[in-house]
Amino acid sequence: MPPSVMPTSRNRNMLGAPAVTAIGLRKSYGDRTVLDGIDLTIPAGTVFALLGPNGAGKTTTVEILSTLVGADGGQAQIAGHDLLTDPDGVRSAIGVTGQFAALDDLLTAEENLLLMADLLRLPRQQGRARVRELLERFDIAEAAGRRAATFSGGMRRRLDLAMTLVGDPQVIFLDEPTTGLDPRSRRTMWDTVRGLVAGGTTVFLTTQYLEEADQLADRIAVLDGGRIVAEGTADELKARIPGSHVRLRLADPAGFARACAAFPGASRDAENLALRIAGDAGLDALRSVIDRLDAAGVPAADFSVHTPDLDDVFFALTGADTGVGAGTGIGTGTGTGTDTPHGSHRPAAEETPR
Amino acid sequence: MSSTLALAAHDSMTMLRRNLKHAARYPALTFSQAMTPILMLLLFVFAFGDSIGASLGSGPGGGRDAYLAYLTPGILVMGVAGGSMSTSVAICSDMTGGIINRFRTMNIVRSSFMTGHVIGSVVQTLVGLVLVVAVALAVGFRPHAGAAAWAAAFGLLLAIAVAVTWLSVALGLISKTVESAGNKPLLVQFLPFLGSAFVPADSMAPGLRLFAEYQPFTPMIETLRGLLSGTPVGSGGWVSLAWCAGIGTVGYVWSRRLFNRTTTRR
Repeated sequence: MPPSVMPTSRNRNMLGAPAVTAIGLRKSYGDRTVLDGIDLTIPAGTVFALLGPNGAGKTTTVEILSTLVGADGGQAQIAGHDLLTDPDGVRSAIGVTGQFAALDDLLTAEENLLLMADLLRLPRQQGRARVRELLERFDIAEAAGRRAATFSGGMRRRLDLAMTLVGDPQVIFLDEPTTGLDPRSRRTMWDTVRGLVAGGTTVFLTTQYLEEADQLADRIAVLDGGRIVAEGTADELKARIPGSHVRLRLADPAGFARACAAFPGASRDAENLALRIAGDAGLDALRSVIDRLDAAGVPAADFSVHTPDLDDVFFALTGADTGVGAGTGIGTGTGTGTDTPHGSHRPAAEETPR
Repeated sequence: MSSTLALAAHDSMTMLRRNLKHAARYPALTFSQAMTPILMLLLFVFAFGDSIGASLGSGPGGGRDAYLAYLTPGILVMGVAGGSMSTSVAICSDMTGGIINRFRTMNIVRSSFMTGHVIGSVVQTLVGLVLVVAVALAVGFRPHAGAAAWAAAFGLLLAIAVAVTWLSVALGLISKTVESAGNKPLLVQFLPFLGSAFVPADSMAPGLRLFAEYQPFTPMIETLRGLLSGTPVGSGGWVSLAWCAGIGTVGYVWSRRLFNRTTTRR
């Protein structure tokens, strides 16, 4: 007789225990540091988004947490299983949908799903029922007998996710689930993720799109250069972003130096002879900027007013802006001198605006 | 322990079913694998059979039949070696595609991926072998083998297939692209040429002859020839099995190491 507190499939998250915890995850490939100490705590039944530019280490984080790649340091527990000592326990609790559809192109959609059911060692009847249910749910029932190779990008993603769900995993990793999808497929994917979470599943997703994180995630961590540079709810992150700013570009280095003296609080982009002056974009604020410029006797070559949108949040936090901000990393960079986004290691934490 | 074995068997069977589905869906692959030895057989027998056969001493049907009897065991070994090596491509194709990461993040017995490929490939190779034998019989091959000799011949071919397939798995795992995985096996496939498959080793130039006499396929071919022609095989059978065990062990250990290395945690 099983005890009555035996968790059912939808009430299996241990009381209040986080679904994922990670402390100090580190990973290097050769002398290239990909993850430089990542700490994560993800409550069960929530959506966590890891947001970052290409090469930030998002995929590596997923690879480590999903047991594909070993970390160089740090530790993690997933659904109560330790990554190092019980990788098989982790595997039995997770589902992973990578950046590229992990399908067997030579098999039909149904055969792909049945392959998962067999590998999960589901009883035959149960496996077939589950497969039928997923085919319906992901709107691929009509194409069930077609080979996966013939599927469109959106259908491949749906089948891929359906395969991940055959085992009803407690924690699902979605690595850039909507990259390359058309807007409609993206909405469908979002609805699916919401449905999963409503059912009690914990979702760990990576994305380059702030809108996606904003739409789906309970908590967002911004990853850049192998470090988490900010973490919080979408609203908390937005609150950390500087408001409107004025961007000033000067005609020559002398003018730039004088402008720097006139606006000591502004962030500087020496390479482009530009200044970014924070402040609201109200008329009074603008007038005061112009007055100070006049007083300093500096002619501005270019003057523009920016109000932040969602992308600015991302750019500001990751230092990926092409304008003011990113330039500060160049002089102080500890990087290897390579220009590739993968090779450079920006001192991202120091650039984080307050 | 026994439950671990049961899980391994279950997962390997699942992987095997997957590979057999592939093979059944693309029977052309199995056929094309059998085509190379079949074409070789026909080419050598009908183009060169009379002239090479003459030097073998004419049998009852003249030089050509004598050569057919000489050549068929060599072609069979070549077919097994060649067929087994196609595993490299299948392995590499899976390793470079996305599906392997899915398998690796599931709680399944890791080696089942390779075991499934090996069993599937051996089955496929044996199917191809039946075709080659059928063609050989059709063009006049008349073996002088009893049931025991046939069984021994089958056992030997099976052992060669398993051994070479494991080597093929390793070659597939070290290949970065499917193309290079397709090229590496050619070396193994054509090794029988440099043995006694087509002409007796003692008819070769001294250097090559030395190589031909000591390379692994020569005792295998000689043993098979002895079994099918009803002549004594001597110690060749044991030498062949030792080679199979050696090649198979190297292939297996190497494959496991490669597969685990790419999944090494830490």
